[in-house]
Amino acid sequence: MAEYETFTHDVLVIGSGGAGLRAAIEASAAGVSVGMVCKCLLGKAHTVMAEGGIAAALANVDDRDNWQVHFADTMRGGQYVNNWRMAELHAKEAPARVRELEAWGAVFDRTEDGRILQRNFGGHKYPRLAHVGDRTGLEMIRTLQDTGVHRGIDVHMEICILTLLKDGNRIAGAFGYDRERGRFKLFRAKAIVLATGGIGKAYKITSNSWDCTGDGHALAYHAGAELIDMEFIQFHPTGMVWPPSVRGMLVTEGVRGEGGILTNNEGKRFMFDAIPDNYRAQTADNAEEGWRYCTGDKNARRPPELLTRDHVARCIVREIKEGRGTPHGGVYLDISWIKEKISNAEEHIKRKLPSMYHQFKALGDIDITKEPMEVGPTTHYIMGGVHVDPDTEMSRVPGLFAAGECAAGINGANRLGGNSLSDLLVFGKRAGEFAARYARDNSLGEVDNRQIDTAVAAALRPFEHETGENPYAVQRDLQELMQHNVGIVRNEQEMQTASEELRKLWDRAGHVGVIGNRDFNPGWHTALDLKSLLTISEAITKAAIERKESRGAQFREDLPNKDEKFSKVNTLVAKAADGSMQVRLEPLPEMPDYLKRVIEEMK
Amino acid sequence: MNAVFKIWRGDANGGEFRDYAIEVSEGMVVLDAVHDIQRTQANDLACRWNCKAGKCGSCSAEVNGMPKLMCMTRLSDLPMDKPVRIEPMKAFPIMKDIITDVSWNFRVKKKIKPFKPRPPDAADGTWRMKQQDIDRIEEFRKCIECFLCQDVCHVLRDHRKHDEFIGPRFLVHVAALEMHPLDTEDRIEELRKAQGIGYCNITKCCTKVCPEEIHITDNAIIPLKERVVDRFFDPFGWIWRGLKRRLDRTATANAAAARKV
Repeated sequence: MAEYETFTHDVLVIGSGGAGLRAAIEASAAGVSVGMVCKCLLGKAHTVMAEGGIAAALANVDDRDNWQVHFADTMRGGQYVNNWRMAELHAKEAPARVRELEAWGAVFDRTEDGRILQRNFGGHKYPRLAHVGDRTGLEMIRTLQDTGVHRGIDVHMEICILTLLKDGNRIAGAFGYDRERGRFKLFRAKAIVLATGGIGKAYKITSNSWDCTGDGHALAYHAGAELIDMEFIQFHPTGMVWPPSVRGMLVTEGVRGEGGILTNNEGKRFMFDAIPDNYRAQTADNAEEGWRYCTGDKNARRPPELLTRDHVARCIVREIKEGRGTPHGGVYLDISWIKEKISNAEEHIKRKLPSMYHQFKALGDIDITKEPMEVGPTTHYIMGGVHVDPDTEMSRVPGLFAAGECAAGINGANRLGGNSLSDLLVFGKRAGEFAARYARDNSLGEVDNRQIDTAVAAALRPFEHETGENPYAVQRDLQELMQHNVGIVRNEQEMQTASEELRKLWDRAGHVGVIGNRDFNPGWHTALDLKSLLTISEAITKAAIERKESRGAQFREDLPNKDEKFSKVNTLVAKAADGSMQVRLEPLPEMPDYLKRVIEEMK
Repeated sequence: MNAVFKIWRGDANGGEFRDYAIEVSEGMVVLDAVHDIQRTQANDLACRWNCKAGKCGSCSAEVNGMPKLMCMTRLSDLPMDKPVRIEPMKAFPIMKDIITDVSWNFRVKKKIKPFKPRPPDAADGTWRMKQQDIDRIEEFRKCIECFLCQDVCHVLRDHRKHDEFIGPRFLVHVAALEMHPLDTEDRIEELRKAQGIGYCNITKCCTKVCPEEIHITDNAIIPLKERVVDRFFDPFGWIWRGLKRRLDRTATANAAAARKV
């Protein structure tokens, strides 16, 4: 029988980004014992990368803002396939969650009268993002981390979870290994919150870090939970394209919020030619009005650069494909032009966008206060994830909760910038609260040793064939495949090919070999992460094939229009009794009349 | 172009530098080279990294003897005619290859008294702060906890005073708390005793290696040292506080007596 160390907690949180930390703090406040597993070191999770801000209708900058407007903006951005209840809770509770961060020591930029300042962002009708320059994620994660460590949370750093354990139908624990020595660890828990973030590493060009391998999505799926909306992957319109080693690195939407414009190699602001009908009424039709919006003129409409991310990304792809791109295959994003408008532009840019200034200066030899950047789309975020109850965040598996990017519902077909950080806080808190309640109402489940033995055998298999294939080669081929065949522009044939290729990659993943021993061995870790990456890649591909239309982040060149048939359904992926992956369409819950009226009024 | 990287391979029991030759291209940073080597020649080469954009502070190491974030160190800024030396930070125990056990830092932070705000300023439970009042601590809050300042600090690196000195990173953390406009906690006594601020003799090595360009010595440590001096070494302050303590004690005793009655 396998050797392992055992830990017992009432609530185990898997993931240490914004949602995980917020869940852990809440569960701990409810008086239960809480353990938190981090794949990396504490405070390094991907939340740290978030730049723009936290969307919350505080109405500090524009008093016309309120939860109804935020709700309507979120639903419009998500093309109305969002879970209405999650969008409602999110819009209503985000302001309190932001204020709470301030009470815990977060320091946001201020308005003239000393309140939290809010900035413009794509798809938000009013300035809504609480922010600190362009390092809001760092501020948020550090505040939560520093609050959390004083609340008696047991933090287990650099642990990867291999599998969730069940007692009959319900959750009983999680089993994994420490990266330092490769020792196995059993975490028994009454309730588990998944907060593992995204899946960017399934793609070649991504803003995500090595650990964004969709672990939570895959763990939940294999434990019997359902995944919804997996076809909706956000390709952020502006990632760096040059030099090659930084390709995909995020360039915050804040650049456009501060007045940055997109142009092609002819110097043309191409976004003015592509304003969709449902946004025409609230989008500026000339450069002058767009600039006035960025300076806070309440009567101006927002510039077309601040249309939703799915749309802007596609327009950029079109410019590049039609030969109007930059030398390195992007388009130009220019903030330096604002020197025509304000006298202290250089200083203003450095103050508002300090890390962008630094990033381009240090890595690309570009001074963004003087010259334009070259940008192109990068895989950034998955709207799809674990299907949860909107109020409690519990999945179909009793005792298994999910929050943040690995859960789904709030964002529908496309997420608005800034809605992610608020999502982490709102639903992280709820998941922590209800997981604690579940833990109080239930006893510890029994652990089935056979499940552990199976996990151990699978984890050690790569050591049995040292001459097996290099795990990095399989990972790279998977990334190429997804980038090419299930990327920003899709069609049935390429996705069917991807399905077949994925089967071959599964087979290759079963035969990878690793060198060395179990001590901090990235080759081994990469081999083990392949299971998550392949699981979610398969789910993405199946869901994208099933949604036979273009909507939000899913663009199919073979079916370029929206289809009414798909306007009221989510794709749902689940594991069948025979172990195969099944996909079906699931009707959306019916929106109550009072919310329908809100949407109608905000049109 | 071909280039050679001399990377330290080993663990707590010892190790050696090994040479790896790879093809390098325009714009590459040291972390790209390490990844390339890891992918193609040494799958088991341990290295920590997350964001690859200078924002998470995971990939700290020493490059040609200088504490650096590997993700922000361009090859074009190094003399590539010679091998590039990459080794782990020296102030912490080695874990494997170029990564170290930095858990001491997390233990230190846990001991620092947390943020304690004054009561809210407005009826809705919110506060009012001027931008100029927070600009000062926003500099400190930029810290990405890469621990390069800890690595270069001779009190930790050479004198191994980990039990008596919290190091520049946490002096910056204390400064951020102490200068937070809303904070009401008092951390001056610990600064002097348990946190050992007196060990710092302001050589400014920490400031030089900070990838976030925080003026650690000038803006955080020196003002904190001044606060310690004001509290403990200013004779007038001493007499005043002694008197005040006595007055406070009398007042408390009177209040207690009044309650008993």
